[in-house]
Amino acid sequence: MKINKFVIGGFLILGAVVFLIWSSTAATSEYFLTIDELNEKGASIADRNVRLSGAVIGDSIQYDAQTLTLTFEIAHVPADQALIEDEGGLAVALHQAVIDPTRSRVKIQYIGPMPDLLRHEAQAIVTGKLGEDGVFFADELLLKCPTKYEEAVPEQAANK
Amino acid sequence: MIADFGYGVLVVSFLTALYSVFAAIYGELKKLPNMVESARRAMLLTWPLLTLTAGILIYLLVNDHYEVQFVYEVTSLSMPTYLKVTAWWGGQAGSLLFWSWLMSAFTSLVTFKKWDRDREFLPWVIAVAGITLAFFLGMNVVFENPFRQLYQTFEGINPYTFQPADSILFTPADGRGLNPLLRHPGMVIHPPMLYLGFVSFVIPFAFAMAALITGRTDDRWIRLTRRWTLWAWLFLSAGLVLGGRWAYDVLGWGGYWGWDPVEIAAFMPWLTGTAFLHSVMIQEKRGMLKQWNMILIVLTYDLVIFGTFLTRSGVLSSVHAFAESAIGPLFFVFIGFTLITSIALIIHRWDSLKSETKMTSLLSREALFLLNNLLFIGILVVCFWGVIYPLISELFTGQKVTVGPPFYERATGPLWASLMLLMGIAPLSAWGHSTVKTLGRAIWKPTVGAVIITSVIYATYTQKIIALISFFLIALVILVTIYEYWRGAHARQRSQGENFFAAFWNLTGRNRRRYGGYIIHLSMMLMAIGIVGIEMFQVETQGTIAVGDSINISGYTIKYKEVASWDDNPSGVNYTRAVVEIYGEDGAYLGNLKPRKDFYFDSQQNMTIPGQLASLKDEVYVLLINWEPISPVGTTFKIFVNPLVNWLWMGSFLFIVGIIIAAWPDKDTELAVVRSSKQVRQASAAD
Repeated sequence: MKINKFVIGGFLILGAVVFLIWSSTAATSEYFLTIDELNEKGASIADRNVRLSGAVIGDSIQYDAQTLTLTFEIAHVPADQALIEDEGGLAVALHQAVIDPTRSRVKIQYIGPMPDLLRHEAQAIVTGKLGEDGVFFADELLLKCPTKYEEAVPEQAANK
Repeated sequence: MIADFGYGVLVVSFLTALYSVFAAIYGELKKLPNMVESARRAMLLTWPLLTLTAGILIYLLVNDHYEVQFVYEVTSLSMPTYLKVTAWWGGQAGSLLFWSWLMSAFTSLVTFKKWDRDREFLPWVIAVAGITLAFFLGMNVVFENPFRQLYQTFEGINPYTFQPADSILFTPADGRGLNPLLRHPGMVIHPPMLYLGFVSFVIPFAFAMAALITGRTDDRWIRLTRRWTLWAWLFLSAGLVLGGRWAYDVLGWGGYWGWDPVEIAAFMPWLTGTAFLHSVMIQEKRGMLKQWNMILIVLTYDLVIFGTFLTRSGVLSSVHAFAESAIGPLFFVFIGFTLITSIALIIHRWDSLKSETKMTSLLSREALFLLNNLLFIGILVVCFWGVIYPLISELFTGQKVTVGPPFYERATGPLWASLMLLMGIAPLSAWGHSTVKTLGRAIWKPTVGAVIITSVIYATYTQKIIALISFFLIALVILVTIYEYWRGAHARQRSQGENFFAAFWNLTGRNRRRYGGYIIHLSMMLMAIGIVGIEMFQVETQGTIAVGDSINISGYTIKYKEVASWDDNPSGVNYTRAVVEIYGEDGAYLGNLKPRKDFYFDSQQNMTIPGQLASLKDEVYVLLINWEPISPVGTTFKIFVNPLVNWLWMGSFLFIVGIIIAAWPDKDTELAVVRSSKQVRQASAAD
C-alpha cells in the first residue's frame, strides 16, 4: 500500500508533463518551410504561423527608418542537408540561391530595428504569417552569415 | 614549421591519453600497480603537452600567422591582442582543443590527490576521463586540426595538415577576423565558463563509473566528488548567466534568453546537474535513490557531450551556428557508446544500488526532494522534446515542424511554479516523516506574510494573475528561507550565548551546504523577480526625432541631445554615438545615455550597443537604430523599459556567492568528512 501512493504520484507528474508537452506543441508548433514548400502550400497555411528559411537578396533590402519598416526578398534554399552539402556547403548554397534568377523568392516585411546581420547572402530564418498579397509578415527574424564563420576556402583564393 | 610542430605535440598528447587509458585498464586487470602508476603519470603528462599545444596555437594567433587556416578565420590585423588570444575558442577546431585542455587540467588535478583510501577507483577514473579526453583529442587530430595550413596547388588554395606535392604555402595578407558580435567581454568569458562547467561534470561521472566497475557502490564516490559537482554547477550556471548578459548587451532585442536550441543544449545538463545536487543529499543522509543518482550523473555527462555536439555540429538552426562538419556523426556514436556502456553497468549493479531505507511519508523531505527531481526531469523532457521535435516531425511526416519560445514558456511555466512551491515547503519538512500538521505549523507564518505582500502588489503594481501567482511564490520562498535562517540563528544565539550576528555567521560556517543552499534559493528568487519583470511588464516604443525633441515612455522622457560619428582606423571601426538625456516623471534629470552603432570595416557589419540606465525599479534601454546625417527629421531610437530586470543580475551574483559558500573547502578534508558525518547524525537526531 505504501508504495502505491508514490507510484500514483509519479504517474500524475508524468501525466502532467505529457499533457503540458502535448498541449503546448499543439498550440505553438510552426511549420519550418522552404520557399518552394511555402508556395506549394499557399492558402492552406494562411492563418498559421510558419517559419521560413532562405537566402537574403542584398539589393532588395529597404528600410524606412520613420516607420521602422524593413522589407527584403529571400530566395529558395533547399532544406535538405545532403543537398546543401552537394552544392558545397551552406555558404555556396546561399550564393547559388542568390545568383540563380529561376529560384522562387518571397518578399518579407518586418517592423523593428534593422538587424546587424542582415546583408547579401545571409541566411534568414523568419517566423510569421503569409499575407494575402504574397508578402510574408515576419515577427521574428534570425540571421546567420556563414561566410563570417568557418569556410573551407578563403575568399581571396576563390576570386583567383 | 611552428604549426607542424604544434600538430606533432597534439598527436603526441592524443597518443599519451590513449596510452593512459589502456595502461590503466590493463594494469588493473592484470594487477600490475606499476602499470597503473604509469597510466597516472601519462595522464599527468597530457596537461603540459596540451598546454604546449595551446601555447603554440596562441603564438600563431597573436603573431598573425595567416597561413594557418584557423588563425586566418578567427583573427585579423586590427584585433587587439587579448582578442587574438581569446579567439582560441572563437572557432570550432580551437574550441575543441580548449575543451581538451580544460579536461586534461581537471583529470591531472584529480590524479594528484591522495588516493590512499580510494586506490581501487584510480585506474577506472583515469580510464573514463581518459576515454573522454582521447575522444575530443581524436576529433582535433583527425577532423578538426587547428594547425592546418593553406597550400596553393594546381587545384587552388586549400587547407592541408601535411604539405601536398607540388604546392607552395599560401599566406593571406590579413585574416577574416572574429565576428564583431563576439568581441564583447561577456563573450570572451562565456564559452570558457560553460566549458569549465561541462568539463568538470566529467569528473563525478568518472567516479560514478569507477564505483560501478569496482562494485564499491556506497556513497563514497558522491562524497569524493561533491565539491567537483558544485564547482561544475557554478561554472555552468555562470556560463549561462554570462551568455544571457551578452545577449542582453549585444544582440539589442531587449532580451536575454531566446530558447534557442544551443542555449537549451547548455541548459539541459544544468537541469540534470541541479537534480543530481539535490538527490545526492538523500543518498548521503538516507541511503536512498542510489540507482537514480547513477542515472542522473550518466544523463548529465551525456547531455554535456550532446551540448558540445549541438553547438559544434550545425544540425540545428541557431544564432550560435558554426559550420556543419564531419564530427557530428562521431559525436552521436560516442554518446551512444557511453550511454549504453554506463546503462549496462548500472543494470549490472542494480541490486547493490537498492535503497537502504523505504520512503514512507509523502511529505518527508526525501519525498519532496524526489518530487523536485521529477520536476527538473520534466523540464528536461520538455526541452529535449522541443529541440528534437523538428527532427522527429521530419522523420515521421516528411515535414519539418518547429516549436519556439511560446512552447517552452507554456510547457515549463507550471513546472517552474511547482518547483518554487517546493522550494518553499521542502526546507521546513523533516527527514523520514512529516505530516500536514507539522508542516502546516511551520509554514503558516511565511504563507500569511506572502499573502500580505501579494495583496500589496495587487493594490499597487499589477493585477495580472500569472504575475501575482509568481510574486506570491517568490515571496513565500524568500520568507520561508529567511524564517529558517532566523530560527537557526535564534536557536544558536540561545544555546551558545552568541550575539545574533555571530550566531548567524557561525550557523552558515558550520553547515555551509545547507545555508549556502538557502542563499542559492534566495538568489533564484531574486532572479525570478527579474524574469517576471522583463517577461510580463516590458514596454517598448520607437520614434524618429530631431535633436532637442523627446520621446515619452512609462513615465520617462528621453531627450535627444546630439549625435556624432567618427572613424577609428587602427581598430577598423566607425563609431556613431548619440547622446540622450533621461528625465523622470517629475522632470528630474536622471542621467544621460550613449547608445552606439559600431560599423566594422573588415566584416562590413554593424553592431548596436544599447545605452542602459539601470535602477532597482527598472532599466531604460535605448537603441540607436538609424541615423541620417543630412536628414532633417533626425534619428530613430528604439526604447525598452525593462522593469525589475536588474534583480536578475543581482540574483546571479548572490547565486555565485551561495555556491562558493556551499563549495568552500574545509581546512582539513579528511577531518571534515568525519565531522560532517557526525553532524549529519546529530542533525537527523534533531529532526
